Amino acid sequence: MTLLDSTRSRIRNRGAHNGNRRVGAVEFIAAAVALFLLAAALFPSWLAPYQPLAINPADAFQAPSPDHWFGTDESGRDIYSRVIFGARESLLIGAAATAIGVGLALVLGALAGLGGRLLDFGVGRLLEVLFALPGLLLALVFIAIAGPGVVTTTVAVGLSTAPGYARIIRGQIIQVRSSAMVEAAVVLGRSRAQVLRRHLLPNALAPVFVIGTLGVGQAVVWAASLSFLGLGEPPPAAEWGAMLSAGRTYLTTAWWMTFFPGLFIVLTAAASTVLGRGLQRRAVS
Amino acid sequence: MAAARWLLFKALGAVFVLWAVTTLIFFGIRMIPGDPAEAILGGPGSQASAEALAQVRADYGLDEPLLVQYFMQLGRLLQGDLGDSYSMQVPVSSLLAEQLPPTLVLAFLALVLAWVVALALASWSMLSGRGAAVISSGLEIAGAAVPHFWLATVLIVVFSVNLGWLPPVNTGGVDGLVLPVVTLALPLAGFLGQVMRESMLNAATSPFALSARFRGETERGVLFRHSLRHAAIPGIALSGWAFGSLISGAVVVETIFARPGLGRTLLRAVTDRDIPLVTGVALVAALAYVVVMALSDIAERLADPRVAKR
Repeated sequence: MTLLDSTRSRIRNRGAHNGNRRVGAVEFIAAAVALFLLAAALFPSWLAPYQPLAINPADAFQAPSPDHWFGTDESGRDIYSRVIFGARESLLIGAAATAIGVGLALVLGALAGLGGRLLDFGVGRLLEVLFALPGLLLALVFIAIAGPGVVTTTVAVGLSTAPGYARIIRGQIIQVRSSAMVEAAVVLGRSRAQVLRRHLLPNALAPVFVIGTLGVGQAVVWAASLSFLGLGEPPPAAEWGAMLSAGRTYLTTAWWMTFFPGLFIVLTAAASTVLGRGLQRRAVS
Repeated sequence: MAAARWLLFKALGAVFVLWAVTTLIFFGIRMIPGDPAEAILGGPGSQASAEALAQVRADYGLDEPLLVQYFMQLGRLLQGDLGDSYSMQVPVSSLLAEQLPPTLVLAFLALVLAWVVALALASWSMLSGRGAAVISSGLEIAGAAVPHFWLATVLIVVFSVNLGWLPPVNTGGVDGLVLPVVTLALPLAGFLGQVMRESMLNAATSPFALSARFRGETERGVLFRHSLRHAAIPGIALSGWAFGSLISGAVVVETIFARPGLGRTLLRAVTDRDIPLVTGVALVAALAYVVVMALSDIAERLADPRVAKR
């Protein structure tokens, strides 16, 4: 058995755990990116050389240069400054959508996990139906019903992420409910409310932080996709999705109008994925 | 006998999902303020006259009680009638029949390409010691963080604008399919590769792989004769989900590359708030999802005999 174990660890070491050092470096970069984005969201004027809405028609459609790092758009606005100023609203949309998704998931997960067999069955079927419209489809159907706009887009993204989160939270609650800890508390004569407050809720909430960190990046990507399709905030707002949607028209002539706002979305999503996975690994071990 | 029961069970599940999607959309619409008759005539901006609104209400049965309307719609649905599109005034079913094939081709090709790329990456990371950690974390990040619209932008700028190898928009030919398929496939390959790698790692460290090594099997042999099959299992299990995410990705990809298809139809229907068309696309997507889930169930049984015994 020791031989098997040593082979196992030798082969495993080729992979993910090969080093914690390397993973650490990636996480460090992700944290730096996250800090930069937060700084941009809180104090954009420190980082941006121009005003986000300042038009300068003489400078329209400039390619990236030392003067305009990310180029300029059709009205000569500086894309870099717009991306920096856009961070606040884009991150807020992502955070709000995640909060909605996690909130809904907590309600559904708690109903399924604590509400008895009938409720669990009902919630389970509802989730199944929602899973049949994966990703953007559910969000699009919701927008079709409620009409386009920033608020609906945000709610739509939250709604479409909720089923996946709800399944995780339900699983967690069920696992905790059948754990020895809860059994012991019941044997000791603790009331239902006490068991719920002392054991079930704190443990059920544990994955919420991981989900939240992972989810913000995903929500920013989805909200941006919807904006890119023209369903979010209308241009010329300095919001990443709105910038994407404005740049789409000029994709083949002025690629930087779409590329750089998109790059910031990718950075946001990558940072949140790396940090979320890091939290998850730590929570597991 | 077991197979027939399984099939019946799946079919009932599919009917339930379709019924629930219709019902959710039907009552969802009614909960939002606004007059459906007005939407049919082009939205609040259309300044439709009172007579026109009354006419539309009568035509579409909108003056009936809500439950009557609901059962009328379910009845029509049972006969395969999805109603007429508000914005295009043609039957939804004929629109869908026209738009479904291009999307299915796109999604299917992307799924195949994603599988090939994911298997290649996962196998490579098993064989190469140093690249493995980098690949695994890179895949994970790429799969989760690279949105379709951004990848498409990069591909268009590189391959159409700068190199001029491929057209940036659909030309109807095969070369117009390359960029859309690659755009859809790569993020998916990131997800699949990550999962496949994990499963191959478990297989490569299991007792049967160890005993194969003792028999003198090479690492390469362990990979191809033992681990590969294990990589396929979670890949197949995820394919139903993957297909669904491809269809939702198709909304973005079809819009960027100006391709006909279900995704672009859905987007137009959403912007026009063309509810019968939205419902129709949602039903087709849900049905496709259910069918692909069932197929991946069967494939999983074929790839892994243990599943059938469970």
